[in-house]
Amino acid sequence: MPYAIELRDISKRFGAVQANKDICLQVPAGTVHGIIGENGAGKSTLMSIIYGFYEADTGHIEVDGKQVDIRSSQDAINAGIGMVHQHFMLVENFSVLENVILGAEGGALLKNGIDTARIELQRLAHEYSLDIDVDAIVEDLPVGLQQRVEILKALYRGARILILDEPTGVLTPQEADHLFRILKALKDQGVTVLLITHKLREIMASTDNVSVMRQGEMVAHRETAQTSKEELAELMVGKKVRLTVDKDEAQPSEVLLSAQNLSQFDSQGVKRLKNVSLELRAGEILGIAGVSGNGQSELLNVLSGIVPMDEGEIHFAGQVMTAKAPKDAAQMRDLKMAHVPEDRHKMGLVTGFEAYEAAVLGYHNSPAYNGKILMDRKTMLDECNERMAAWDVRPPNPHLKTANFSGGNQQKIVIAREVEQNPDVLLIGQPTRGVDIGAIENIHEQIVKLRDAGKAILLVSVELDEIMALSDRIIVMFDGAVVGELDAKDADERTLGLMMANAYNEEQGEEQEGVSA
Amino acid sequence: MFETLILMLDATMRVSTPLIFAALAGLYSERAGIVDIGLEGKILGSAFAAAAGAAVFGSAWIGLCFGIMASVSLAMIHGFACITHRGDHIVSGVAINTIVAGLTVTLSMDWFGMGGQTPALTGDARFLDITFPFADALESVPVIGSIYSNLLSGHNILVYLAFAMVPVTYWVIYKTRFGLRLRAVGENPHAVDTAGISVAFIRYRALIVCGILCGLAGAYLSTAHNAGFLKDMSAGKGYMALAALIFGKWRPVPVLLACLLFGFLDAVAVRMQGVEIPGIGEVPVQAIEVLPYVLTVLLLAGFIGKAVGPKAVGRPYVKERA
Repeated sequence: MPYAIELRDISKRFGAVQANKDICLQVPAGTVHGIIGENGAGKSTLMSIIYGFYEADTGHIEVDGKQVDIRSSQDAINAGIGMVHQHFMLVENFSVLENVILGAEGGALLKNGIDTARIELQRLAHEYSLDIDVDAIVEDLPVGLQQRVEILKALYRGARILILDEPTGVLTPQEADHLFRILKALKDQGVTVLLITHKLREIMASTDNVSVMRQGEMVAHRETAQTSKEELAELMVGKKVRLTVDKDEAQPSEVLLSAQNLSQFDSQGVKRLKNVSLELRAGEILGIAGVSGNGQSELLNVLSGIVPMDEGEIHFAGQVMTAKAPKDAAQMRDLKMAHVPEDRHKMGLVTGFEAYEAAVLGYHNSPAYNGKILMDRKTMLDECNERMAAWDVRPPNPHLKTANFSGGNQQKIVIAREVEQNPDVLLIGQPTRGVDIGAIENIHEQIVKLRDAGKAILLVSVELDEIMALSDRIIVMFDGAVVGELDAKDADERTLGLMMANAYNEEQGEEQEGVSA
Repeated sequence: MFETLILMLDATMRVSTPLIFAALAGLYSERAGIVDIGLEGKILGSAFAAAAGAAVFGSAWIGLCFGIMASVSLAMIHGFACITHRGDHIVSGVAINTIVAGLTVTLSMDWFGMGGQTPALTGDARFLDITFPFADALESVPVIGSIYSNLLSGHNILVYLAFAMVPVTYWVIYKTRFGLRLRAVGENPHAVDTAGISVAFIRYRALIVCGILCGLAGAYLSTAHNAGFLKDMSAGKGYMALAALIFGKWRPVPVLLACLLFGFLDAVAVRMQGVEIPGIGEVPVQAIEVLPYVLTVLLLAGFIGKAVGPKAVGRPYVKERA
């Protein structure tokens, strides 16, 4: 039986970068095939080649044993390949129906296409349990359902091979589980699924086979049942990695930062942060869990002084900040609060700056870096060299533009900048987003070290594994409010997941009802 | 009083016509994601080409063809800069406006030697007013007769075409495949690209439609509303159309109403010339002429709420991960 999709010797080069090198891949029909690799390993490039975004320099693709020539997305669609992108390719103010028929309208007028799609979507919904209100406007739907629209789009076009690129990044664990049930249903109907991810857990839970990519090459193929997380991690990185963080029991002491009833409204007048209160003690890591976009960013912005709060107050370093008497980010920094922003490209770095310049941002007025008139370049360069050595930043070149470092090394530059100022409180958002596994280990160690030095750390992350590995105490946010707080020892994925979906109390209630009945 | 109102509404229709063409032109362009501040230049370019064509060949229709060709060519230059070369939409639009303002006068001096004007158009070289059947007979019927004979009847074909373009545009934008793709490309071109459709092709087609409509607006000015080309005769109509487009939130029917409102204010301004208002005295014409702009700012700021345009407007499309 021919393979649903087979890649032979696919190579692709962007300038000096060999993104894909002699990639061979065989995916049997009706299986879920995982492709795992670190950021920059070439997974996305490979998928873009299959979906016709790029043309491969060499090699060819076979679908169902027949060679196909894929030069555009249209060719890929014609070959029965569908793709669910990491960032949804949806027109937000269109209805579900309109999104589904875009590009497959079935004639110059929309009427027929819409009627056909309505019937067809009902059939698909029934067959794969993909229920959805087809007349809903996409931007009103939760992320999980938006993703469902993407899947429906592909199926409506007759996709027999479905590629999902990092599909769970924006989902709660429960939504992710639902997605995997859908993938199972698709598989049972003979659809072949290619799952691209960097999360080992998802590979282990939902795939039949897995292929590992490293530095543009396919380094291993395994049957999922015959492998383990540890082996896959090692294959991805090319050396042994530890997946857990070693840390001792926290020794929390005095409260360094406390916030009461913080609220914040966005420019449209929507309340994004709702009466959030928290206390942060020296020597502990407080994890803020939640699905992306539930007020964590606003919390970080308000605590760090980037955006003034509209209600509530912050007590820090013997001072009180209120809506009437706020302090800005520079003043907070002077009070020894450091902040590693969630988005290092937008807020953490000026990517056009050289590394040594980026390494003093925010502290650039400090006398340490300034002469009488000009900045003291020599001090800055020396210090940057030292830090690059201490933090293992690669390449250790202070004159390289920050844009040209890998994500992990950029993050190290930012974290080093903030931590080396010896702050009392460190706010850190998504410390390992887009960071390689090897560097993650290093960053996690540094965070724990800082805690053990008696600093207070507020960690915001959408990665549950990270929250559970690092935190001593966990707060869960949903829709701008704190919906749960628990000791890290009592936290498990299911509890946190339910809290993140704000369904914990309901479920508890149901269970109790079940008992009494 | 009633007759005055009819006369003013009649003037409103005439003044609104180029605004409607131009605002709909802008609607096609901006809904597809291309900011078109160059409406003004396209109108002016078309006005000149139409007048020149009509003067030389003695036919308003041939003039119209020239006008449309000129305007579409300018739209394609805009497209080449913004779509193919991912240039800044505003810069390209302003460049077109500036070039056209100079070029029309220069060419017309060279070709016609009349100080930047084209020869006065007469007879078939202009679009003439169409009188509806029985218009004269019905004129004496009170109210309805007056509306029929004086307001509805007696305009040239382009006026009727402008009003007809509104439902046509509505239909195209909301009921056809082209319209769906056009709206999608202005909101999220990546979605269009991944659906296997060429973003550039749709945007170019939108600009062709935009060019045709601006061509009609320009030809109306020089070969229907007036009888020849005058320097800078578009007089900011392109910008006003852009204001109407924002005011109407990029939707055909509200855009029509905005154009009519602006046209009406213009008609009032003309009528108010030299009129003494009791207690106030003579109102300067400029004070009324500025009303459409003041109104746009005020209404957008206070009453209508935020005007949210197509999301991807003005952003060049670059394939992700390129």
